[in-house]
Amino acid sequence: MSRIKQDHSRFREIVRGRIRQNLKKYISRGELIGKQGKDQVKIPLPQIDPPRFKYDPRDGGGVGQGDGKPGDSLSKGQGEPGEGAGEAGEGEGSKALEVDVTLAELAELLGEELQLPRIEPRGAKQVVTERDRYTGIRSVGPDSLRHFKRTYKEALKRTISTGAFSPDNPVVVPVRHDMRYRTWNTVSSPQSNAVVVYMMDVSGSMGDEQKEIVRIESFWIDTWLRSQYKGIETRYIVHDATAREVDEHTFFHTRESGGTMISSAYSLCAEIIERHYPKADWNIYPFHFSDGDNWSVDDTATCMRILKDQIVPVANQFSYGQVESPYGSGQFIKDLREHFKVGATDCNVVLSEIKDKEQIVRSIKDFLGAGR
Amino acid sequence: MIEYLHVRPLPPELWAWKERIEGLARREGLDFFETVFEVIGYDKMNEIAAYGGFPTRYPHWRFGMEYEQLAKSFAYGLSKIYELVINTDPCYAYLLEGNEIVDQKMVMAHVYGHCDFFKNNYYFSQTNRKMVDAMANHATRVRNYMDAHGTTQVEEFIDVCLSLENLIDRYRPYIRRTPVEERGRRRKEDLPDELMGEVAVPRFRAKEYMDEFVNPDDYVEQQKKKKAEEEAKQQRFPRHPERDVLLFLMEHAPLQKWQRNVVGIIRDEAYYFAPQGMTKIMNEGWASYWHSTLMTRYILPAGDGNEFIDYADRHAGTMAMSKGRLNPYKIGLELFRHIEDRWNKGQFGKAWDDCDDMAERAQWDKKLGLGRDKIFEVRKLYNDVTFLDEFLTPEFCAEQKLFTFSHNRKADEWQIASREFKAIKQKLLFQLTNQGQPVIEVVDGNFENKNELLLRHLHEGVDLHDEYARETLTNLHRIWKRPVHVATTRKGKGVLVSFDGQKHGERAFDVLV
Repeated sequence: MSRIKQDHSRFREIVRGRIRQNLKKYISRGELIGKQGKDQVKIPLPQIDPPRFKYDPRDGGGVGQGDGKPGDSLSKGQGEPGEGAGEAGEGEGSKALEVDVTLAELAELLGEELQLPRIEPRGAKQVVTERDRYTGIRSVGPDSLRHFKRTYKEALKRTISTGAFSPDNPVVVPVRHDMRYRTWNTVSSPQSNAVVVYMMDVSGSMGDEQKEIVRIESFWIDTWLRSQYKGIETRYIVHDATAREVDEHTFFHTRESGGTMISSAYSLCAEIIERHYPKADWNIYPFHFSDGDNWSVDDTATCMRILKDQIVPVANQFSYGQVESPYGSGQFIKDLREHFKVGATDCNVVLSEIKDKEQIVRSIKDFLGAGR
Repeated sequence: MIEYLHVRPLPPELWAWKERIEGLARREGLDFFETVFEVIGYDKMNEIAAYGGFPTRYPHWRFGMEYEQLAKSFAYGLSKIYELVINTDPCYAYLLEGNEIVDQKMVMAHVYGHCDFFKNNYYFSQTNRKMVDAMANHATRVRNYMDAHGTTQVEEFIDVCLSLENLIDRYRPYIRRTPVEERGRRRKEDLPDELMGEVAVPRFRAKEYMDEFVNPDDYVEQQKKKKAEEEAKQQRFPRHPERDVLLFLMEHAPLQKWQRNVVGIIRDEAYYFAPQGMTKIMNEGWASYWHSTLMTRYILPAGDGNEFIDYADRHAGTMAMSKGRLNPYKIGLELFRHIEDRWNKGQFGKAWDDCDDMAERAQWDKKLGLGRDKIFEVRKLYNDVTFLDEFLTPEFCAEQKLFTFSHNRKADEWQIASREFKAIKQKLLFQLTNQGQPVIEVVDGNFENKNELLLRHLHEGVDLHDEYARETLTNLHRIWKRPVHVATTRKGKGVLVSFDGQKHGERAFDVLV
């Protein structure tokens, strides 16, 4: 390993250590959300550079170049204007302390920190996928797959061995016999798929604070489940008195104001699962977040029926998170407790109460700690 | 030549250009050590850049961090290092593989500017020209310490040292501060008795009966006090405030031998890099002056004319201004040209300074042609601070559209503050003085007679960053092992920030000067 690679991996190690140290803070403050790209997150790190005696930047200011008159704005916020445009290799300056971490790495840290067990995908019901990969070489094929380097090498070998090669005029002309082409091999790999159905109560009693909690919590649940399954799909359902399926953005930002009929969401969820995700092929994770205030006792009875007959039997785990709102009665979680033997080893229903952001960490552990 | 550098010879075309450009540079009067070019790939370039231009440094994660940032911004196409050159004899310079030939020519011309500057500028005169070897030796020593004492322990100690790395005396190499034999001698353990008991003071000669009039009691008291103060000063340790905090720690902190050596390594390297920070504007300006001169006068006109656009594009990119940041290439180049122009036209001296007639000043041209000589002299004798102090003119500031900016707390944004010449010059000089680092010195290694360490921040109008100061004290304590203090000024009031190994403290305090 080259020296810089050693230094680099040491740096990554330190970064991981710092993230682990601060993970709980990151989780409860929701700092990372919105900073994720396709499979990376930007994580702000508290001071990784060695601390030094230095000037308070806001006291300083500096000299710039360009048009404008006194009082014109250069840039918002407290960071130095134009920061990050430093020329490299000119000595050692201070750098913005944001590092990129892959979601997989983050999930690993989360798992280690919360001691989450790995999920054992269900049974033998795995889907085998077959993919073609261009890893082989053969001597016939279409021109579009011609392997230039290999062809050249063959031609060179032949030219040298026949003595036709001259270093002063190193021309190598390939003949048909020298041609090499890429070809595919079929590889099959078992794949376990999972679907996560997020359901959220968006009735009038769910405020912004409550939604923020749901948002943070589902980000981490998603991160973890993604690390456990190759193919993962997510579906989002919002409900008040009626339920509808929405996209991710709507899920987190919509605000309705009707009453609450939880059964509407459950029946939609059951329908989606039945139609698209046969139990045999999918690991199924329904999550429901609500403030626990249902419209009527009758509707609660309907909910329990749907859960018992249609959702719980097909799901790996049914998870219900109850956030506290000033308006809700919080009755629903009690009803669930009555109907299911929560906590028993054969019961795949998990309930969790999340009073505030500080409790998100514990709640994630509630949900994912069983390893189902 | 150093073997482990594995310098690959240049490809023939570049070699021919190298010879040609080197000849041109010499003909123009540049004077440099032998310069060895090597073409390397971007990955290697990023690696060497992360190591500050050297092929080997001691192992430390900070270089890995630097590397990641360079590699990432290269991969995203945000930045690309065209060239790297280090101040050694011979000079090593790296060219990026795959750059167009016109880029390589420009870079080579630029590099010869740097090499000339390294060799001739006064502030580089004390640097170790065999630093490649020294760095490699440092690396070996640190690896040995790691084997002997454990990687983590050594690495943590390096972290601590790096946090004090900027506390050096940047002018020490050029001044003899303290006689060598005086340093290294520790304070006597006990204060001399005279301080406690009666002190003999100078008295005016007088007859006995006149004595109490000639030498009145309050005079004697005053003398006693003065003497005592002087004695105290003599006993103060260090004798004079010491800006080379790292040296002071090496000599007086309770360290193990390997730790002392690590402090020494960090200090050596800090001194090696210091002149580069002190002459950034001049160095880049000088190199840009020469790439521009050589390219436009000789190299481009001799070509087939296809390279003008590419060269202009690259040159403009290097010279680009941004609002929130001063481009040292641009300022340096323009200022050198400005000086050359002034001395060519004789715009200096008393007659020029006394002339108030703007029209006359604008027409002023004595056709002296002293410009070239002057800029060579400037590159030899000045550093950024003296360079700007002497040659920055109101005309130049206006021409270059310079302004100062500051942070507006109410609006939470940075705003243009002023276009006044005085304000700009003051801000620039402040930023460049001590490389924009606060001046901190050791004033007392036996503070309050308890073996505690007292540092003093020479406040120049800008407060210290509070949190960083505390963290730095924490690290300093790990070296000094007794309570440490820094006396500074915050919002106009004297304050002493302390760390006693457990917690940070603060109290009002005024440093005796």
